[in-house]
Amino acid sequence: MQQLDVPARDPVRKGRAARRTPALRRPRFAVPGEWLAGYLCVLPALLVIGVFALFPVAYSLGLSLFKWDLVAPEATFVGLRNFETLFASDEFRRVLRNTLVFSLGTVGLIVAGALGLALLLDVGLRGIAFFRALFFIPYLTPMVAVAALWMFLYDPQRGLINVALGLVGLPGPGWLQSTTWALPALILVKTWKVVGYYTVLFLAGLQSIPPEVHEAARVDGASGWQRVRHITLPLLSPMTLFVVVIAVIGSFQDFDQVFVMTRGGPVDSTNVLVYYLYEQAFQNYRVGLGSAVAVLLLALLLGFTVVQLQLSRRWVHYQ
Amino acid sequence: MGQTPPQQVRTRSWGVRRPGGGTRIAPLTAAAIYALLAAMALVVGFPFFWMLATSLKKLPDVFVFSQVLPPEPQWGNYLTAWRKAPFARYFFNSVFTATAILALQFATIIPAAYGFARLRFPGRDLLFLLVLATMMVPVQVTFIPAFVVVSRLGWTDTYLALIVPFATSAFGIFLLRQAFLQVHQAFVDAARLDGCGHLGVMRHVMVPQTAPALITFGLFSFVAHYNDLFWPLVVTESQRMRTITLGLASFIEFEGGTRWNELMVASLFAMLPLILLFLATQRFFIKGMASSGIKG
Repeated sequence: MQQLDVPARDPVRKGRAARRTPALRRPRFAVPGEWLAGYLCVLPALLVIGVFALFPVAYSLGLSLFKWDLVAPEATFVGLRNFETLFASDEFRRVLRNTLVFSLGTVGLIVAGALGLALLLDVGLRGIAFFRALFFIPYLTPMVAVAALWMFLYDPQRGLINVALGLVGLPGPGWLQSTTWALPALILVKTWKVVGYYTVLFLAGLQSIPPEVHEAARVDGASGWQRVRHITLPLLSPMTLFVVVIAVIGSFQDFDQVFVMTRGGPVDSTNVLVYYLYEQAFQNYRVGLGSAVAVLLLALLLGFTVVQLQLSRRWVHYQ
Repeated sequence: MGQTPPQQVRTRSWGVRRPGGGTRIAPLTAAAIYALLAAMALVVGFPFFWMLATSLKKLPDVFVFSQVLPPEPQWGNYLTAWRKAPFARYFFNSVFTATAILALQFATIIPAAYGFARLRFPGRDLLFLLVLATMMVPVQVTFIPAFVVVSRLGWTDTYLALIVPFATSAFGIFLLRQAFLQVHQAFVDAARLDGCGHLGVMRHVMVPQTAPALITFGLFSFVAHYNDLFWPLVVTESQRMRTITLGLASFIEFEGGTRWNELMVASLFAMLPLILLFLATQRFFIKGMASSGIKG
C-alpha cells in the first residue's frame, strides 16, 4: 500500500499532505489488494449469516418434507404431507386465523396510535423529551415482565381493569380466561408495549419534512387540519409504509406473551403461528411439521410484504 | 492549523422546532394537546406505577385499590424475591450473553459494512443483496435448523449456543453501510495518507464518524437479546444457564396468580438494567435514530 513517510494520527501533517499533493487525493490502490481486503472484511459476517440464516432457510424447506423427531438417526421423506396435515387440521386453521386477527389488530392500533402520538409530539411544545422517553419505556421492558404486569391487571375478579370497569358500571370480561377476550387482551398488551417505538419512527419521519412546505401552505391559508391531511400525511407516507411493513412482520413473530400469559389457550384461542411452531417442533418433537409451519410463516410474510409494496404505489408519495 | 475535520452535522434534538418552522400554537390548542398527551402518559405510566406500588405491598393488600401507596412499604419483598430464585446468576447470564453478542456483532458488522460501502470487489453487490434478503427472514424460521446445528456441535446448554448464532446482524450491516456511505471520502484519503490501512480507516474514521448510528444499533441489539425468550428456552436446560427472561417466566409459573407483590419485584428486577442503559444512551440514541437512515 502507500509508503508515505508520514507519522500516523498527526492532524496537522494530515491536512497539509492532503492539500499539497492533489494527485494523491484519491490514491489508487492495487486492485487485487482491495479485492482481498473486501472479501476479508465481509467474510466473518457472511459465514455467520450462511450458517445461521441462509442454511437454516434451505434446511427448513428440506425438513418440511420429512417426518423427524430430532432423535432418530434417519428422517422419513413424506413429500408434502406435512402441509396437507396442517391445512386439514382445524387447530392450524384456527392458529392462522388468530395470527391474522392479531396482526390486523396490532398493526391497525399501532399505526393509528403511533401516528397520533407523533403528530401531538411534533407540535413542539415543552416537555416533549419526557413524554417521548416515557412512551419508549414499555418497548425496552422485557415482554415477560410486561406479561406479568398485565396478568395482574387482567385478573377477572380483582384486577385493576375490571375493578375500574365496574366503577363505571361496565361488566368486565374474563380477559385471559375467556375464549372471546383473550386474543383482544393480547392485542392490547402488544400495542401498549410497542407503540412508543413506532412513535419514535414517525417522529423521525415528521421531522424530515421541510418546514418551508408548511410555511407555504400556511401563507396560502391552509388550516391546521388541511395541512396535516394534504401535506404531512402524504410526505410522511414512505415512513408509514416502513412502519406498516415492520409492524406486520413483528406481529407475525409474537411468541413471548403467548408463552407466558396463555400458552395458546383457552382452547387455542390465542395460539399463533410462532407459538404453534414451538409446540410442534420443540414440545411434540414433530420437526417436519414445525418446519412446514416455518416455511408457511416465511411465505406468508414475503407475500404480505410484496403485496404491501405493490399497493404502496397508490398511496406512498416520494418527494 | 490545517484542515480540521469539519464537525459532523449535529442532528437537532427532537421536539424542538427548527427555526422558521415554529408553529404558533393557540393556548387552547396547546392545552388540548397536553391533555391528550397526559392521558396517554397515564395509560403508559400508570401500570408501571402500579407495578412499583404493588411490589411494596403486603400480599393481602395487593388488590386493595383504595391503597394507592402502601402505608408501610415492604422493602423486605425485594429481599424475599431475590432469595427465591438465583437472580444474580440470571442477570449475569443475560448481561453476559447480550454483551458478548453485541461485541461479536460489532466485530463482524463494522468490517462488513466497510467492505460493502467503501471497497470494490467482484460480487460485492450480489453478496450485499444476499445479506438484505436475510433481513426479511423472521428469526424463528431459522430456529429449528439452528437448534439442530447447535446440538450437533454439542453446544446445547452452553453460552456458545446462546451467543454464536447471533454473532452478526444483517440489519446492523445494512444500517451501518448506510452510515459509512455518508462519510466524506476526504477523511478516508487523509487517514490513508497518514499510513492507515483499512483497519485504521475503520477505527479512526468510520467508527468515530458514525458513533450515533453504532450506539443506536447497540442499544437495539442489546435490548433484543436481553429480552429474548424463545431461543434461550430452546437451547438451555439447566437452572445455571437460564437467562433473566426464562427465570422470570418460571417465576411467573410458580408464583403467578398468588404472590403478586414478589412477582412485581421480579419483573422490576428484569427491566432495571435496560432502563439504566436507556437513560445512559438516550442522548446518542435519539441522534442515531434521526440520522441512521431509517427516515422515509
